[in-house]
Amino acid sequence: MKAAVISFPGSNCDFDMLYALKGFGVDAQIVSAKHNDLTEYDAIFLPGGFSYGDYLRTGAVARFSPIMSAVTQAANNGKLIVGICNGFQILTEAGLLPGQLLTNRTPGFICDDVALSIANPNTAYTNAYGTEEIIHIPVAHAEGNYYADEETLAKIENNNRVVFRYVNNPNGSVHDIAGIMNENGNVFGMMPHPERAVDAVTGNEDGKNFFKSILSGILAGA
Amino acid sequence: MTTNELSPEEVRDTKIYLEWGLTDQEYDLIVKELKRLPNFTETGIFSGMWSEHVSYKKSKPILRKFWSTNERVLQGPGEGAGILDIGDNQAVVFKAESHNHPSFVEPYEGAATGVGGILRDIFSMGAQPVAVLDSLRFGELDNAHTKHIVDGVIAGIAGYGNAIGIPTVGGEISFDSVYAGNPLVNVMAVGLMDQNAMQVGQAKGIGNSIIYVGAKTGRDGINGASFASAEFSSSEASDRSAVQVGDPFLEKLVMDATLQAIREHSDIIVGIQDMGAAGLLSSSSEMAAKAGMGINLNLDMVPQRETGMTPYELMLSESQERMVLVVKKGEEQAIIDLFQSADLDAVIIGQVTDDGRYRLNFKNEVVADVPVDFLTHAPKQDLPMIEPARLANFTDEQFEPDMGNVKETILTLLAQPTIASKSALFRHFDSQVRADTAIKPGGDAALIRIRDTQKALAMTTDVNARYLYLNPRLGAKMAVAEAARNIVSTGAKPIGITDGLNFGSPDNPEVYYELDQAVSGINDVAKKLNTPIISGNVSLYNETDGQAIYPTPMIGMVGLLEDITKATRTAFQKAGDNIYLVGRTKDSFNGSEIQKMQTGRIDGQLFDFNDEDELAAQQFILDATDRRLLNSAHDLSEGGLVVGLLESAFAGNLSFDITVDLADKYLFSETPSRFVVSVSPENRTTFELIAGDRATKLGTVTTDDAINITTTTSDIQLSLGETKNIYQESIAWKLNAE
Repeated sequence: MKAAVISFPGSNCDFDMLYALKGFGVDAQIVSAKHNDLTEYDAIFLPGGFSYGDYLRTGAVARFSPIMSAVTQAANNGKLIVGICNGFQILTEAGLLPGQLLTNRTPGFICDDVALSIANPNTAYTNAYGTEEIIHIPVAHAEGNYYADEETLAKIENNNRVVFRYVNNPNGSVHDIAGIMNENGNVFGMMPHPERAVDAVTGNEDGKNFFKSILSGILAGA
Repeated sequence: MTTNELSPEEVRDTKIYLEWGLTDQEYDLIVKELKRLPNFTETGIFSGMWSEHVSYKKSKPILRKFWSTNERVLQGPGEGAGILDIGDNQAVVFKAESHNHPSFVEPYEGAATGVGGILRDIFSMGAQPVAVLDSLRFGELDNAHTKHIVDGVIAGIAGYGNAIGIPTVGGEISFDSVYAGNPLVNVMAVGLMDQNAMQVGQAKGIGNSIIYVGAKTGRDGINGASFASAEFSSSEASDRSAVQVGDPFLEKLVMDATLQAIREHSDIIVGIQDMGAAGLLSSSSEMAAKAGMGINLNLDMVPQRETGMTPYELMLSESQERMVLVVKKGEEQAIIDLFQSADLDAVIIGQVTDDGRYRLNFKNEVVADVPVDFLTHAPKQDLPMIEPARLANFTDEQFEPDMGNVKETILTLLAQPTIASKSALFRHFDSQVRADTAIKPGGDAALIRIRDTQKALAMTTDVNARYLYLNPRLGAKMAVAEAARNIVSTGAKPIGITDGLNFGSPDNPEVYYELDQAVSGINDVAKKLNTPIISGNVSLYNETDGQAIYPTPMIGMVGLLEDITKATRTAFQKAGDNIYLVGRTKDSFNGSEIQKMQTGRIDGQLFDFNDEDELAAQQFILDATDRRLLNSAHDLSEGGLVVGLLESAFAGNLSFDITVDLADKYLFSETPSRFVVSVSPENRTTFELIAGDRATKLGTVTTDDAINITTTTSDIQLSLGETKNIYQESIAWKLNAE
């Protein structure tokens, strides 16, 4: 499997994601947002950070960068697209995932380990987790308050597209949503940072099964 | 000539230089050296370069005393930051900086640009910044103005540090009314580098090019260095134009491109310097001075954000996110291309010369032509010092705490802003970006792993200014000792110090005495610990309406842990573990939190400190962590034994059951050189064998909600849930109270 980690100007979790993927043996590379071709990659990761300074609105400028047409094309071809934090915000801005990330209910940046439940254990992102498992993954954001209108929410819920939920909602997200996927299940976004929770020395390994889930799915499909 | 500027004669007659901070004597000296009247621009650049903030002309005689060499030191004071060898051809780079005055006037931008400035100091040395720590002092949390400053400073640090993607991993915050009109915002940054990437800020080689890189120059922060070298008065309007505005996105681009340039083009880069205090002026002139060369600058080439800027404004602007590079003649294009591909300005603005002159050209005219050496060496000042009158009047009796209701005293103590958890503030900082943070804020020291090695760096900032108020030298010793205890509690060995010396006006002989004594105290213990002082910052004139702050020399310390799997944490780990007190408890109440809480003031002679006891206690903790004997370690400081025990309990969500062979009041004594540790039953025998009479067994870690403390005078029961809630929430309660 070959993975691309997209580096937008202002991305700051690109190398964290790269190291996490390499730690699981993935052939991963940083790809600049100035590029416009992703055909050689099987999976594409949009990392956290403050793309283009997040001026105007989070992810609002990044969606117009050259790489995003290639990301859209890859999504349409059924490739795996994973957006973490700012990456999730960019995917909603680009229309590849429904809804929007708003300012936290209590405004201000929060950095904390938060408890998540596995809302759908049968996805490419969660199959290695236990059905009833509660995991702890760090969040670090000021705009993580997921919002979608009632109709969209009903669609997401009815298709089991909510992947992770907050146990104690830190930001006001509707239905405690922490991560969702698209209808085909190949485009996924979440606000928490699993790439920060893969190493015993940092005191948290709950993100490991996220990567194991992705790998097992890709390997089975390959 | 530029319009609207005073002529040299008008500069002389109006004495505008006094407003800019130059004295009559200094002005006369300039006239004598130049053998003519300095023009408007020249007068301005002397005022910037000779400000205390840039020249350290008043503090230098004292700062020279700092001990700053040992076997690890690769770069001591004098460059952007100090560098220490940590083996394997790697080095750690660190420095602290203050942004006190700007943060009072404009808390958000003042604090944000403080983070930006110190990070540039780190990456201009060729190091990748890996962590930021903050040492903050505010007034009491009982008024809207202080809360506004707290909110702004916290949001500013978060806004800049989070966006640029360097984790804010620690530091300390405390509150006292002496800081109400003069908050302290000290930021320390730590970087990591390969030793062969080391850069210095030098302008060598005739004809080599001076390249300006990064943000355009605007009118923000004009002559901010002079602003930082004056006292505040509440009756005068605050000078907002002297505060800079930060853009962390731009700084990230500058940082990444600069580090890439060093990686790929170290053969053609001669020197790098960030534009900090006194902007383009101090960066370019200091680079020339260090190389013993001259510089010609063409100011028309300087990228400008605003129109009609004068040479004075261009040179004295403190616009952020700008760097100066000196690049070999003929090789400039590679550097320019690299920065331009990151969408950054990169422009040749001048050349290195061999005539020792600092020469500025603007619209085909020479607007300044002065000797580099003269410009960069402000006339030294020998200031008088005298022991503050208060010191002689302090009683030698230790304060006697009122132990009427011990349980109530503990609960009230936990709610004091200086004691209570700062997590409500620290959670706004991204402490985990880069995914290397092994010990997050809330521990004794932060711990950052070094990827692809077994090693980790511990780091902390510390000072209890109340102790220095009572005894500047002894208090400074204790500050270094406590910083080292923080480091040692993680299992890491202290290796070096940066400082942030925050004092009142040096023109007051009592304040100058405090500065001198504090530096001596820092030196005393630094030598014992073998932790040289490799960088630092001085912030003077921290006074409002003649009221000086407590002498507050922040100690930033870095430690090295050779094997990260031996890292030890504050938190109790397991029920059944044995709890020990390492060190002896004495009558240490003057300057303590309980004295402040019960009397509303700090008074009396400071209790004693013995550096041999301190070293022995630290060495013992290092030995025990190295043998993996400790399940937790926590140093004792403000609030004493009871606070230390409770912090370990809260962090581990476990209770404890202990018996102390002391009277109630000693639960609150702040005797230095002490730790609380926990040891598993398997390790008990070994631990006790090597500890001898150094450690006293207090009891055990338990799982239920009840915390039991038995002293020779009381049986105290506390609820873990209730006490933890007070500890965790008190700051938020105070911030949210109307």
